[in-house]
Amino acid sequence: MALTLYSLIQSVILCTNAIAVLHEERFLCKLGWAADQGVGGFGDDLGIKAQIHNLVRSVRTVMRVPLILVNSACIVLLLLFG
Amino acid sequence: MDLSHHGYRATKQRARPAPPTGDPVLFEDTSSAALGPSSQGYYASGYNMEGPPNDTQGGPGMNNLFADPMASAAMMYGSSLANRGQEIVNKEIGRFMSVNKLKYFFAVDTRYVLKKLMILMFPYTHQDWDVRYHRDTPLTPRQDVNAPDLYIPTMAFITYILLAGMALGIQKRFSPEVLGLCASTALVWVIIEVLIMLLSLYLLTVHSDLSTFDLIAYSGYKYVGIIFTMTCGLLFGSDGYFVALAWSSFAIMFFIVRSLKMKILTSVSSDSMGMGSSAKPQIRIYITVATAIFQPIIIYWLTSHLVR
Repeated sequence: MALTLYSLIQSVILCTNAIAVLHEERFLCKLGWAADQGVGGFGDDLGIKAQIHNLVRSVRTVMRVPLILVNSACIVLLLLFG
Repeated sequence: MDLSHHGYRATKQRARPAPPTGDPVLFEDTSSAALGPSSQGYYASGYNMEGPPNDTQGGPGMNNLFADPMASAAMMYGSSLANRGQEIVNKEIGRFMSVNKLKYFFAVDTRYVLKKLMILMFPYTHQDWDVRYHRDTPLTPRQDVNAPDLYIPTMAFITYILLAGMALGIQKRFSPEVLGLCASTALVWVIIEVLIMLLSLYLLTVHSDLSTFDLIAYSGYKYVGIIFTMTCGLLFGSDGYFVALAWSSFAIMFFIVRSLKMKILTSVSSDSMGMGSSAKPQIRIYITVATAIFQPIIIYWLTSHLVR
């Protein structure tokens, strides 16, 4: 299996895109992970579900704008160079 | 004609040491003061040896380079640009990772490297696995043999790439592209392993003082086992390969379990309200054992196609 840095970058971009396109109303509310629901409890011994919730929420907030730029660059490069 | 050329070159050769000192920023930051004059003397003697063969066009043109004020002004400007570029690069790199922290990992000496290699190959007799601290800061690898470093993983990684090239050459399937492919595959596996470790440590709320560089260091220690396995495989054939694979697998598993046990299983929870550790001890044991089991799989994956 020939893993290259390019395939690693591709998989990271695809995973981040997958996290970013999760729809809030249709999907995350069903799981109880909506962005506006407060997470009760302080500290960080809330278990793995709260940690994943935090991670998904922060990835969606932080990576929204850079993903637009990176995806546009990927589209242009793939159109030009195949 | 020849006499005048020789005379011209003779004067230029005496004047040769002078122009490079006009722009010290290009020459002074890599060598000490003791090396400076000798390097300039080398330049002068080197040029003198090249002088006689190409004395038609190259000679007078090169001689005029340092005498021409425009060219020397351009060189000054270029060297100041290079200096500014260097500062900007250092500042940008300093924003992503702390260079001082990186220097900590390369503060090694020969005694540490030898002892660490012995421990990596035969960890069963090592008694004391604690990383010693000095007023809350961990000791440098020079003073504490249990401290992780990045020198051994880097050197082992590069040696692995060279050995892979040699093994492919023995099997007559060498080409430069395959070497680059091998190198990037190994690098990608290191990155994947570090990312999985970071993700699992974050998700399972294990509060340890393992930084990213520590994880890169512990993940890179298996390359010493990989080198040993490949060497035995190349020297002793398939049987030697499997024996060395078993030996280095057990050694690296023992090493990882003992080293990470100190860091993960005994980490203190930040919430000190008497509610116990933030992650159940079983989860931490699972993480440590999973990391340990991952190592021989990677060792086998990265070396089997090279030794068959």
